[in-house]
Amino acid sequence: MAEMWINMGPQHPMTHGLWNLRIKVDGETVVDAEPEIGYLHRGYEKIMEVREFQKNVVLTDRLCYVSSITWSHCYCLACEAVMDVEPPPRAEYLRVITNELQRLASHLMWLAAYGPDLGLLTALLWALRERELFLDLLQLITGARMNQNFPRIGGVRNDAPHDFDKYCRKVIAHFRKKLGEHEKLFEQSKLFQMRTLGVGSISRKDAIDWGVTGPNLRACGAAIDLRKLDPYDAYPEIDFEPAVEHDGDSYSRYKVRVEEMKTSCSIIEQALAKMPDGPYRVKPPRRAEGEAFRRTEDSRGEALFYVIGDGDDRPYRVKIRSPVFSNIFAAPLMLRGNKVADVVAIMGSIDVCVGEMDK
Amino acid sequence: MSGHLIDLLGWSEAIAGFLLWLLSLPLALGNWIALQVGAPSPGPLTGVIGWVTGPDLVSFLGVIIAINLLLLWATAFHLLIIMWIERKMYSRLQDRRGIMIGLGSSEILRRILGPIPLLGRPFRRPSHLGTGFLQTVADGVKLFQKEVITPAKADRWMFHVAPVVIAASTLMLFVAIPWSDGFWIMGSYETHFINGTPQSVPVNPWGILVILAAFGIAPLAILIAGWASNNKYSLLGGMRAAAQLMAYEIPLVLSLIAVVVLSGTLDPFEFVRDQSRPLTIGGLTVPFLPNWYIFHPALVIAFVVFFITIIAEAERIPFDIPEAEAELVEGWTTEYSGMRFGIVFGFKWLRALAGAALIVIMFFGGWDGPVFTTLQVPNLATLGAGTVPLPVLFQEFWFTVKIYVVFIVFVWIGWSVPRIRIDQILNIGWRRLVPLSLLAILIAALAGGLNWL
Repeated sequence: MAEMWINMGPQHPMTHGLWNLRIKVDGETVVDAEPEIGYLHRGYEKIMEVREFQKNVVLTDRLCYVSSITWSHCYCLACEAVMDVEPPPRAEYLRVITNELQRLASHLMWLAAYGPDLGLLTALLWALRERELFLDLLQLITGARMNQNFPRIGGVRNDAPHDFDKYCRKVIAHFRKKLGEHEKLFEQSKLFQMRTLGVGSISRKDAIDWGVTGPNLRACGAAIDLRKLDPYDAYPEIDFEPAVEHDGDSYSRYKVRVEEMKTSCSIIEQALAKMPDGPYRVKPPRRAEGEAFRRTEDSRGEALFYVIGDGDDRPYRVKIRSPVFSNIFAAPLMLRGNKVADVVAIMGSIDVCVGEMDK
Repeated sequence: MSGHLIDLLGWSEAIAGFLLWLLSLPLALGNWIALQVGAPSPGPLTGVIGWVTGPDLVSFLGVIIAINLLLLWATAFHLLIIMWIERKMYSRLQDRRGIMIGLGSSEILRRILGPIPLLGRPFRRPSHLGTGFLQTVADGVKLFQKEVITPAKADRWMFHVAPVVIAASTLMLFVAIPWSDGFWIMGSYETHFINGTPQSVPVNPWGILVILAAFGIAPLAILIAGWASNNKYSLLGGMRAAAQLMAYEIPLVLSLIAVVVLSGTLDPFEFVRDQSRPLTIGGLTVPFLPNWYIFHPALVIAFVVFFITIIAEAERIPFDIPEAEAELVEGWTTEYSGMRFGIVFGFKWLRALAGAALIVIMFFGGWDGPVFTTLQVPNLATLGAGTVPLPVLFQEFWFTVKIYVVFIVFVWIGWSVPRIRIDQILNIGWRRLVPLSLLAILIAALAGGLNWL
């Protein structure tokens, strides 16, 4: 067969959202690939310039519906830096807990999507079943399953409800048992190893050069985790090690995320134990002048908000750095030379969220 | 061994005889009128009546009726049931209940039966708490209502022919598969001496070969469909089907040869007759076990190879790469719509069912079961005078149960593993299964030569 271009997207089961991956195939082998994005561009950065600082929190929730809290949290951190506000310690712990709950839910959503990518539809139902537990916890503390609108500039919206720590510990104990089942379904299956081991490798140098961050970078052997490297909130007081794998292939990316789920569980438990009493929010000023950026470890990599205030009650300019935006353009490096079937195994392991990518 | 319930050809000939008798009634009337008018005896239409009710036409029409009954049995009965089994089974694997549309979901039944006290209770409010059996029917109705689209740039003729070839070759499988000693079309009766007494038994000397040949046609049609659709996904899917066919037909037939070394025949009836004897290995009779080939240590490798290749032939996960929905949208079926899609998609289940039937015939003793219970019931033909035996646990029952069990294993495997990549599938086929099936032949020949079997 001659070489031909195939559009995988924007309407394709591989994409998990509205974007297009054009691949050039020679028979079954991928020769070249180029991602095309912009189908879901909503002009976030411009909209945020005409809304007040506080009102933007609800907007940043919608950047990625799978991982809302981590995004609005990052925005609140940046705004606090601009306004020179220090959130109370209890709020910092609550933020850590909700962030990690959201990270667990996000990684489970990724696991749920990765199974069907490889033809394993059972994984979808199993992972969504476990994700529901964490969504229930999030609902308990924030009142909503998704798009929680929970972090606030200067703290969080509300305190944890009565017995929240008890429920958390119960769910985590249950989840640790269930995660073993998932590992049996995935990594102990010879067929899963055949599909992912050594597939879509990217070197540590390439990954750093192309701006890959998050679990995808840690799968290449770089122990870069902003929760350790550039700690924010209560993370300095919590003892954990970021999960690192060394092969940079799809299997390592899978493995890093599964290990991260375990890490998140232990972070939540520590945070629950150490959480002090006290106020959960301080009142921030309405107007702000100055500029600042804050970066956090989002579920998918390094999220960054750069906020400029010009003394008005709205930001003069907001810049969002989306990890997926950078990760996805390193994908052709991983795709070249692999088979068509590997495209889903690789793109699925990168964990694409189109909402935050197109902004 | 006895106890088949259905004598397909006999019943069909009875139906054909009845229909032809009905057809001959007006002829007989005409003959009678002609006689009254003064035609010479025995009347001008006697020859026609004799031909219509004669044995030639009856057996001809009987075979046609038998074929239709068998196809109805395969599509209207088994296809619906195995689709339901698969959907319920994988739902349970996924920790959910699955499809639940049943009679209770029916608006019409709610209106009619709802007001009736007690009896109408399940129908009183629309509920999806049924068994889900009607969901498959509803899906079929939905597909019938959809538009059948032919892409503008498709090769129209080939695009239309491919589903026909797929459906025809799949149904051809069922013509060659016997369901019991009496429930078959392909074959004939021969007199065999069993324990010294002559007995009329069915034979079909090339049955298994016909089934395997019919299995080989569908991938060709898939290739045609993929090429004719003028769609890149379909093309890749069709090419994959062709590559997979080449890699898996060979170990399929080779592993069959290992079994043939033991059975000495390609006759499905003979397979089953041989397997219903008590198990004898190396001259020792094993108590309580029938001579199913799965129990023979020399045939274990052949069984494993055959099982894997049958899954590949049926294009089930992990071998469903021709229509890998995650990477190729819907593979070679992408451009098909409406009931044309329903046929090419639904007949995959029929091929899986035929594969399961083949496995059962070759390794699990076919319709040989532990008990064949018969009840003595009053003979209705003589208005209650005397009794006739009515099978309760009959051959068709055992055969169907075994097929469903094998099919459930297919489902179980299919929904717990990911799909394999094309090059890995070909590697498994050429580098693992072909040598293994050759080894199986060697072992079977050695065991047969040393008279261990």
